[in-house]
Amino acid sequence: MSQTKIVGTSVPRVDGLEKVTGAALYTGDLKFPRMLYAEVVRSPHAHAKVLAVRVDKALKVPGVRAVATGRDFPFHTGIYMRDQTIFAIDRVRFVGDPVAALAAETPEAAHEAAQLVEVDYEPLPAILDVVEGIKPGAPLVHPDLGKYYVESFITPKPGTNICNHLKVRKGDYEGALAKCAHVFENTFTVPQVQHVPMEPHISVARVDLSGKVEVHTSAQSPFTVRHLLCHCFNLPHGDVEVVVPTVGGGFGGKAGINLEPIAVALAMKAPGRPVRVAATRAEEFYATVVRQGLTATLVTGVDKKNKVQAQKMYYLWDCGGYGGYGVNVVRAAGYTCGGAYHFPNVWGDSIGVYTNKPVGSAYRGFGMQEIHWALEQQMDRVAHELRIDPVEFRLLNCLGPKKTTVTGQLLEKSSGRVDKCIEKVDEVLKLRARGKKKPFHGKGIACAVKAPAMPNNAASSVIMKFAEDEMLEILISGIDIGQGLATVAAQYAAEALDLPMERIRVRMRPRTDFSPYDWQTVASRQTWATGNAVLRGCEDLKRQLFEVGAQALGAPVSRLELKDRKVIDKKTKKSVPLAAIVVGYQFPDGHTIGGPVATSAHHVPDGLLFLHPETSQCSKPVAKWTFGAQGVELTVDPETGNLRIERLVACYDVGKVVNPGLIKGQTFGGIVQGVGTGVMEELVIDGKDGRPRNASLMDYKIPTALDIPDKMEAFYVETPQLDGPLGARGIGEHTMIPTPAAIANALYDACGIRIDSMPITAEKVLKALKEKQRREKEGEDVQPAAASVAKVRPPARATRREAGRERPGGVRARRGRAK
Amino acid sequence: MRHTITVRVNGVEERHEVDANQTLLSFLRDTLNLTGAKQGCNEGECGSCMVLLDGKAVNGCLTLAAELDGHEVATIEGLGQAGALHPLQSAFLKHHAVQCGFCTPGVVMTSLALLQENPKPTELQLKTALAGNLCRCTGYRQILDAIQDAAKTMRAQSKRRTA
Ligand code: FES
Ligand code: FES
Repeated sequence: MSQTKIVGTSVPRVDGLEKVTGAALYTGDLKFPRMLYAEVVRSPHAHAKVLAVRVDKALKVPGVRAVATGRDFPFHTGIYMRDQTIFAIDRVRFVGDPVAALAAETPEAAHEAAQLVEVDYEPLPAILDVVEGIKPGAPLVHPDLGKYYVESFITPKPGTNICNHLKVRKGDYEGALAKCAHVFENTFTVPQVQHVPMEPHISVARVDLSGKVEVHTSAQSPFTVRHLLCHCFNLPHGDVEVVVPTVGGGFGGKAGINLEPIAVALAMKAPGRPVRVAATRAEEFYATVVRQGLTATLVTGVDKKNKVQAQKMYYLWDCGGYGGYGVNVVRAAGYTCGGAYHFPNVWGDSIGVYTNKPVGSAYRGFGMQEIHWALEQQMDRVAHELRIDPVEFRLLNCLGPKKTTVTGQLLEKSSGRVDKCIEKVDEVLKLRARGKKKPFHGKGIACAVKAPAMPNNAASSVIMKFAEDEMLEILISGIDIGQGLATVAAQYAAEALDLPMERIRVRMRPRTDFSPYDWQTVASRQTWATGNAVLRGCEDLKRQLFEVGAQALGAPVSRLELKDRKVIDKKTKKSVPLAAIVVGYQFPDGHTIGGPVATSAHHVPDGLLFLHPETSQCSKPVAKWTFGAQGVELTVDPETGNLRIERLVACYDVGKVVNPGLIKGQTFGGIVQGVGTGVMEELVIDGKDGRPRNASLMDYKIPTALDIPDKMEAFYVETPQLDGPLGARGIGEHTMIPTPAAIANALYDACGIRIDSMPITAEKVLKALKEKQRREKEGEDVQPAAASVAKVRPPARATRREAGRERPGGVRARRGRAK
Repeated sequence: MRHTITVRVNGVEERHEVDANQTLLSFLRDTLNLTGAKQGCNEGECGSCMVLLDGKAVNGCLTLAAELDGHEVATIEGLGQAGALHPLQSAFLKHHAVQCGFCTPGVVMTSLALLQENPKPTELQLKTALAGNLCRCTGYRQILDAIQDAAKTMRAQSKRRTA
């Protein structure tokens, strides 16, 4: 790859100045004349029939201007599966499910009126546990499941609570398992957690008297919001404009569609008046969206040479009351079910289950942190049980060139190298070459992999145009939610056109009426997709500049180069400044050629194929993979159970580091978010009534500056991605994927305890330490390596018998027998 | 009940009628249209509303506007602007200490209060001072580095001033 000048350097953020001066305007900073304030009436029941909604008293509150209920708007929304109405019509499915909303002149009036809305409920038995939800005969959360519109690649099972089920069948799992020398089975769990963006969800909608809808919203995907709003309200796309101001963090929670339909519904009832719907911090926790919970059972069969030959994965996802977006997390976790490993024989089931809990959705990593929590602890346990070094064991079994993923995709040299990441972390943390071990001090490692989860035709596009002063303007509709997309887009253009960064303006707050189409800002796809589109656009701009430059200089195009803001004839060294070309070139005699130089360009993933419906086998299911590894060094306080993370070392194969300052920010930010979910975060939903127990920042703790690792170190491998812009691939989400598992593995190394349920709280650590001491006292067999609770046993006949059966409950059934 | 208050905001005297329950944050954002300070929770838990009241960092959402009479408030809008940034602002840019930026005004004001009181904080003092400012994006490392860098610049500046 040729030397780059600007790509690869730590240029400051292009949106930094407006953010450090407080000038950046977020949706909540916008003032709209005569704006109304909304309050949403939400279900206090986890599951109930809605018998009646009476709003007459509420409407009498002075200042109330509009009310909207389910019967007014019986329209379905949802990105992959339209299983949700704007307001519940005849049934509520989680505590927080919207039932009605009001708009008033002041927030106080709206609040007062909301208390006066009378709803008659008939409580129904609630599903608050995913394992209960999948049992035959469990109460149905969606009795109408068979009637919903569903994208072709999502497979719900009407008559059950299963909203999606992806099966992975590779090789001969059953046969291979029978031949294995060792078999291990373990179950791991992950609770629902919340994104906690610092800016809560907020949308402002206005419908004018001609019927045109305008929505300002804190969202990751303006075009998807528009598309889904149009679908929901049956409006032409030309009548709905979505504007996204500066966004205060998303992490997936602002992907797809969220508060926008509520705002539009109210705005339709108060034509001409802007209506603002803003989530309170409490609503943010339980009534917007959350990350799905996971119960994962893994079976690993290893041969005599310590190679995994057979691997079974059974993932049960707690999708909450609606599956709209979460069903695709289920799918992504399915086709990535083996993580960063090469498993020759695979039996995988990823099953989404409706429960009466908050709604699951996209969250940084899209299912990957959850499955890696299970996979990476499982690999560690197996290594310890087999008494081989966990690093060795990973290197022996990991993916790489010429290995195949669980879907049978053959990886190439350009697919990225997890082995190099493992080796780097090992080298820095000295995992293998360690000296004497201190008590309660440990080190651990975990790997990570993720591909963008998106439709095969997910597109990004850009518009590029020169202003009269030859300032290059780039319009993008990918959203800079903090990751630095606008800066990266400018860097690519600066590189390709040899322009200084100051000569480029990225117009980064899209309005769908004027901005280029972009599917969504999710999936760590923007540097790659928008970056590619920018580079393609630059080619065309260059072509236009050269076409005119050739005539101006009287030289063939082949002799021209673009440098220092000039088109130069390489032979004569004569040049013409860009400023003289960008809006048309005028010859000395006055006649003019060319015109304003502008272009648009796009990127669509190349050659993606659908998964086989029964086995998920597919040679190219995803556009790219990003691999990585993290290592943790920590001490455990045996008195309190607290962990002190002394060092956290991350290494990712990103293809190309576009901006070292920004990528470090992505890495450190992801690590600390990973520490949060790893050791402190859990949205506690009461197991009896389904109510959230910690819906505030006081009770739901996220990491503060005091909670970060003492030292964080980031390293990058650069194996160029063939279809990446100058070789780059995605990194935004990957940085939080392996952290909790790496901490768990270091904890085991430190004191021989395993915590299977995320998060690793001090209470759990203390309890496990006590339990271990008790067992040691009682003289049970607790040599360090065997302290793990993994079941080690030769392949039983039961294993062979049931493994081949096509039955989602397979692993559970088998565990029952094994007991 | 309404109160009339006279308060200096970023050096400018403001005289306004405020409701007894109006917060300082709402006074800044809704009355004065100074939207730099953000509302992340409105219950004193996130720090995105941090401003200076007589030089001390306070949560705008926990302070009542009615109590401001005769006092002085400083917000991010009074700190610096294009071409004349405060060392903290320049350091945040240099160290990539900003991502989504929603926490930034609060974090900057909190660190300003700290550095005015303690020009040479240790890492632990810095982390402790920032513990009430949540940032979900950056993982804090680049923020801490930026503040230490700014502290150095500020110390050099004040040395030059006193010299
Ligand atoms: S808005 Fe004041 S602390 Fe969160
Ligand atoms: S930069 Fe986003 S919350 Fe701090």
